[in-house]
Amino acid sequence: MFRPATPPQTIGPFFHIGLDAPGPEQLVSAEHPDVVRIEGRVLDGAGHPVDDALIEVWDADGARFGRCATDAEGRYHFLAGKPVSGSAARAPGEAPHLNVSVFARGLLDRLVTRIYFPDQAAANAADPVLSTIADPGARATLVARAEAGSLRFDIHLQGEQETVFFAL
Amino acid sequence: MTTTDWASLEAERPPYLYPPYRSTLLRAPTRPLILLPHMLSVRTGPVFGDGQMSPLDHDLTRQHGGAPLGERIIVTGRVLDADGRPVRNTLVEVWQTNAAGRYAHNRDQHPAPLDPNFTGAGRCLTDEDGRYRFVTVKPGAYPWKNHPNAWRPAHIHFSVFGTAFTHRLVTQMYFPGDPLLDHDPIFQSIPTPTARERLVAALDLALTMPEWALGYHWDIVLRGPGATPMEG
Repeated sequence: MFRPATPPQTIGPFFHIGLDAPGPEQLVSAEHPDVVRIEGRVLDGAGHPVDDALIEVWDADGARFGRCATDAEGRYHFLAGKPVSGSAARAPGEAPHLNVSVFARGLLDRLVTRIYFPDQAAANAADPVLSTIADPGARATLVARAEAGSLRFDIHLQGEQETVFFAL
Repeated sequence: MTTTDWASLEAERPPYLYPPYRSTLLRAPTRPLILLPHMLSVRTGPVFGDGQMSPLDHDLTRQHGGAPLGERIIVTGRVLDADGRPVRNTLVEVWQTNAAGRYAHNRDQHPAPLDPNFTGAGRCLTDEDGRYRFVTVKPGAYPWKNHPNAWRPAHIHFSVFGTAFTHRLVTQMYFPGDPLLDHDPIFQSIPTPTARERLVAALDLALTMPEWALGYHWDIVLRGPGATPMEG
């Protein structure tokens, strides 16, 4: 029997007391052979840091998740496993990625986006989700940028560089 | 289900941009969302185990040396998927103010007293019937700066994982008969009265513990069907 869903509400500014368990930003341990640090900032439509967001990342097979509250500069970070061929359950043709939820005061529902990896150009070009996005600038918002020793993925809630968000 | 059915269900969700709730103005996305096909990676989710829980995680009244002030309550219900099946062994987390309407959070400046015997955070795993259960005290209403003389109705924040990325839900549970509900832009952002009612718990005398605690019943329905078997 079909049941209508319970509607979402904002996570509010005080979620830290309930959801900020120690070390939740690690999807894999720092000693993992394929560990990569992913970091970025969350910015609002005025370009100001969003200092009360919770970023949650599920890897593509859903087995591991991490979450990180943004700091005063809107920064978050995760340790995740680099994509290794055949390592994650994905639909045929999907490039390696992480599923991301953004929760914050002012977001009445979570925002959903994806982090793709910059060293997977061929897989990204063939990815059935990325390829539905016609505008190359918008598509680029979903691919992390390689920096020295880490990957950078900023989340722009609004503005010129607004991140692509998905409806489920 | 037909396209029209889905459209009517979407109409029951809050919009991102809802100007009466001021914080949405600079945070709501301005471009249309892209429909994400329900491929494998959104149909799976993390597995939780009892080893991650402590026995008193679900009882917010027994986490300190003494009993917290306030009206002791039991809040319980089932977590179900869109097909009405129980979602078992999934993580449910809650956080709330104390009975005076104050969060034990350094950013909460409301000059109501903190309660040294109340943190206001709990968690549990659902059982074989999808049931969760918390023991706590009734949270208080509190003022916020959204508009002049704005007060949030009493609520408990809930976070539920489910078995698929599509299930993930963060929401708030409210109490029946609260006159502040009519004036709360966060609650009123949900477009229809029937959908709003799904966030309001029911007083259930069968759940009370006589001479000890009142009982409230609230079921949570996650979006979409349960996890499907892995495909090749």
